[in-house]
Amino acid sequence: MRIGVFICHCGSNIAGTVDCAKVAENARMFPDVVLAQDIMYTCAEPGQAAIEAAIHEHKLDGVVVASCSPRIHEPTFRRTVERAGLNRYMFEMANIREHVSWIGKDKEANTNKATELVQIAVAKLRNDKPLKAKSFDINKRVLIIGAGVAGIQAALDCAEGGIQVVLVEREATIGGKMAKLDKTFPTVDCSACILGPKMVDVAQHPNITLYAKSEVEDISGYVGNFNIKIRKRATYVDWDKCTGCGACTEKCPAKKTPDTFNELVGPTTAINIAFPQAIPKKAVINPEHCRQLTKGKCGVCAKVCPTGAINYEQQDEIITEEVGCIVAATGYDLMDWTVYEEYGGGRYPDVVTSLQYERLLSASGPTEGHIKRPSDGKEPKNIVFIQCVGSRDRSIGRPYCSGFCCMYTAKQAILTKDHIPDSKSFVFYMDIRANGKIYDEFTRRAMEEYGTEYIRGRVSKIYPDGEGHLIVRGVDTLLGEGVEIKADLVVLAVGVEAAKGSPKLAEKLRISYDSYGFFLESHVKLKPVETNTAGVYLAGVCQGVKDIPASVAQGSAAAAKVLGLFSKDKLENDPQIASVDMKRCVDCGKCIRCCPFGAIKEVEFRGKMYAQVIETVCQGCGLCTSTCPQGAIQLSHATDNQILAEVNTLCQC
Amino acid sequence: MNDAIELSRMRDTDFTAAVDAQSGQRISTCYQCGNCTAGCPAGFVYDLQVNQVMRGVQLGLKNKVLNSRSIWMCLSCSTCSQRCPNNIDVAGVMETLRHMARKEGIVTVPKVDKFWTSFLATVRKYGRTYEIGTMVLYMLRSMRVFTDVDLAPAALAKGKLGFKPHKTPEEGAEAVGRIFKRYQERANRQGVRA
Amino acid sequence: MKIAYYPGCSATGSSADYEKSTQAVCAALGMQMEEIRGWSCCGSTPAHAVDTQLSGALSARNLDLAARQKADMVLTPCPSCLSNLRHAAKRLENPEFRAGVNELLDEPLSENLPETLSVMQGIARAYDTDAIAARVRKPLAGLKLAAYYGCLMSRPHEVMEFGDPENPTLMESLLTACGAEMVDFPLKTECCGASYGIPERAMTARLTGRILNLATMLGVDAVVVACPLCQMNLDLRQQQAAKEAGVAFSMPVLYYTQLMGIAFGLAPSALGLDKLCVSADNLLRKLDQPAAYSKAPEGDKA
Repeated sequence: MRIGVFICHCGSNIAGTVDCAKVAENARMFPDVVLAQDIMYTCAEPGQAAIEAAIHEHKLDGVVVASCSPRIHEPTFRRTVERAGLNRYMFEMANIREHVSWIGKDKEANTNKATELVQIAVAKLRNDKPLKAKSFDINKRVLIIGAGVAGIQAALDCAEGGIQVVLVEREATIGGKMAKLDKTFPTVDCSACILGPKMVDVAQHPNITLYAKSEVEDISGYVGNFNIKIRKRATYVDWDKCTGCGACTEKCPAKKTPDTFNELVGPTTAINIAFPQAIPKKAVINPEHCRQLTKGKCGVCAKVCPTGAINYEQQDEIITEEVGCIVAATGYDLMDWTVYEEYGGGRYPDVVTSLQYERLLSASGPTEGHIKRPSDGKEPKNIVFIQCVGSRDRSIGRPYCSGFCCMYTAKQAILTKDHIPDSKSFVFYMDIRANGKIYDEFTRRAMEEYGTEYIRGRVSKIYPDGEGHLIVRGVDTLLGEGVEIKADLVVLAVGVEAAKGSPKLAEKLRISYDSYGFFLESHVKLKPVETNTAGVYLAGVCQGVKDIPASVAQGSAAAAKVLGLFSKDKLENDPQIASVDMKRCVDCGKCIRCCPFGAIKEVEFRGKMYAQVIETVCQGCGLCTSTCPQGAIQLSHATDNQILAEVNTLCQC
Repeated sequence: MNDAIELSRMRDTDFTAAVDAQSGQRISTCYQCGNCTAGCPAGFVYDLQVNQVMRGVQLGLKNKVLNSRSIWMCLSCSTCSQRCPNNIDVAGVMETLRHMARKEGIVTVPKVDKFWTSFLATVRKYGRTYEIGTMVLYMLRSMRVFTDVDLAPAALAKGKLGFKPHKTPEEGAEAVGRIFKRYQERANRQGVRA
Repeated sequence: MKIAYYPGCSATGSSADYEKSTQAVCAALGMQMEEIRGWSCCGSTPAHAVDTQLSGALSARNLDLAARQKADMVLTPCPSCLSNLRHAAKRLENPEFRAGVNELLDEPLSENLPETLSVMQGIARAYDTDAIAARVRKPLAGLKLAAYYGCLMSRPHEVMEFGDPENPTLMESLLTACGAEMVDFPLKTECCGASYGIPERAMTARLTGRILNLATMLGVDAVVVACPLCQMNLDLRQQQAAKEAGVAFSMPVLYYTQLMGIAFGLAPSALGLDKLCVSADNLLRKLDQPAAYSKAPEGDKA
């Protein structure tokens, strides 16, 4: 074998603490190495050209580059060697930057370690085999989970691009959190007015199939060919017949049903349509409060329904769909702020969440847009807004910033002044995070033009004074003193957490999630929409906190990824996958149980059972190879022999 | 002429490290939200608010912090620690600062220190405390003869003030006395104020 | 289960009524406690304000005596003692601290020291609310009470383990079992000014004023306490607080044991009710009177 070794200086990143010329000199002593040289920047065009030229000139059949992390430039160099006519897997990379030059200052020790890493890479390369990818067909349909603004945007962009979209929404209506908002910052335009048309487009687009009141039950398959099971919850209303006329909701006698769309501010009826612009505009029965379903007598809605749509016997339904890729856009929930006992732990009706306050502000809300406090329906005059409730608080395990609370609090303060001109708003804040386009100007407007009093500090305690007010005890750290406000209403900017059930969905999607339930992107900066599972993309807050503009942008970005994937007719698999040696397999089933991707199945061959890897599903993680007690499974490009060659070399260094 | 605090000169990072070590807290995790000050029941008699004390420790302003009245007026009610979003035992830090100040002989609020030493002197002598003894000793030491005299009639009438020293039985008083003696000796050996 | 009893110094002076009523209630329930022989002061606030190891030694001496008495558990009525004893036990888990404390003591501490709980917890562990209710002879029906725990009982949570540190509810469950109506008292764990009543009375007056004011606004018949210092600050110093606040207060401040004792039908003299500065007579009269109006329960008109 004829191997060429290239040692990268990476400017001074590597050369600063590694003697690159010496590493190259050492490498010339390793078996099969016919050429070793150091290069200022291997990844730059001249560097790549030098490698290509060397392959031709020295008739190399394998290349080692010692430079940065393979996560960064392995694809680059694989293409380089491929251009020069080598198989892309006849290439090895030694990471002498992250693993050497950046972590130690001793040049001699670093040079030795770099030499050893190169020696290991050479040993591996001597055992490498050319590998070839296989191709397979794609099902050009996309599943989008969650129909908030991010999911809606992704669905519309995909549908416009000619892709068939399956859109699944857990709630009875699409629109997500944005549908609950009164106005939106920084332009203070009506949320329903700007989201409404998009929701209507979803309903009317011929390429979109919408399943509302539905959840993804099971996902199997792989990029290009996923099989989806969707559980369509029983609504007890035949939506094919329901016209959304609302006759049932007017007559329903169970008028104390909790109204989740209105964030429990005020009750609704057991049969209900979430709000006037709901999509689909169909009635849904809440089985926990419906008298017919709980007590077996009532039936009023069935009597008044002009189309006979009510069906008390309806059951959940399982629907199967086949798609080629998936966008997760499951959004967020507010954290359970009642852990703050010092704020009353939810016992004081006039301490409300910011989302509840949106419903109080909204013309379609329970108070028809008049701000009335929940306890006695009076119009509040002194309103205190408290930011970072459940954000940036390690003591309750929420160290992160929820991102958009500063902005919506400023918006709510402005709207409060519009609604009640003689009101006074106070905002307790720690830092004002307003770094979007015309965001800082917006918060300044709340202070300067709307007279909102911003007080820098947290609030330690809220308690009722027994005369109908709430005493808010906080601090003005700029003044250096404790402050107290007698408030009529307190609005908590409650922190964001991943939507309930996110970890469970992540497991179905086989994607990673962080300790707070947010889905993990493939690379925090460079692959913010992709996940580590091929064909699964992310949009909106499910990936991390973001506001409406950013959610919409990521929805479109996810759609671009879908359209890019579907621009090909066939997909290539990664040949770095596992394969079973049937002669050694004893059908113990351990690999089947440990595979996180469901990529190993049992097959019968001449009357005996064996394990078999589904090539298109295997992600090459290697779990099965280390689990197999017989050594019957080998992972291409990381075979036992290849790894042992590396270990042997290291032990002899 | 600039009377600003010259941070390049005034910062005593050893002090910050010593407070961290003795209190077992990480002062650098304080992000100055002020929740400690917001909830502090004694803040209105402080010269530096609790968050300002924490800030002083972060900056290593040893003199400013150890000479503050606040560390003596802290009630040790732990409201600050309970509500700190960064899990800092703020009350523990206040107590550490008071210990440090005392050991260096800095007593900014002598009446509080005198009350404590009067109390402990009673305990040292009798093994237990009794109210009249502490009060008399405190009045003598602080020269504050009229402390709570308005309460005396009510308290006496209700038998609220113990007149007789409760000397601890079973040699308890003596055992307690020896605890104090050893404590005093140890402080002397270490060259700090007991 | 052998229970050692640690009364604390104030039991012998300012809170003789707490001591009396605690003993009476425990006796009425049949709870056996053995006083720690030769117990001494835990050092209270002054000791830990001065030095943690001095405080540790003064407290641990008592735990050691209890261990030698073969006690499984120590109960104390006083939250300040409770806090000191529990803090000492927690800190003694650190070998360096234990060695420092042992240096101050005549003999090294026993390896295993019994856990300290409040008498309130001791009662609640031994008797569920049904058992308490079964002992009631004169229900506290018609009484509206505010439970006030003070700052020490529930904080810090890791040391005290006394329910939610912001919203403990043990007193409420005991007194509800005795028939009283307990209001949600949001200042239940705010500090009353503690021992600063002596050197810094204005501060204490202001803090107690806030508590008394809210209790008055909520229209309760009494504030119920479990701490001698809280009781003294709220009761004996009530006029100081009134002066500072510029309003008049007339709020009885009783120990929870006194109210339980009343409910158990024990004689007022056995409960030390005569020691209260703000008399509980009105409250007792209210209990003796049959309810003037009985409100019809509100039905579900849905």
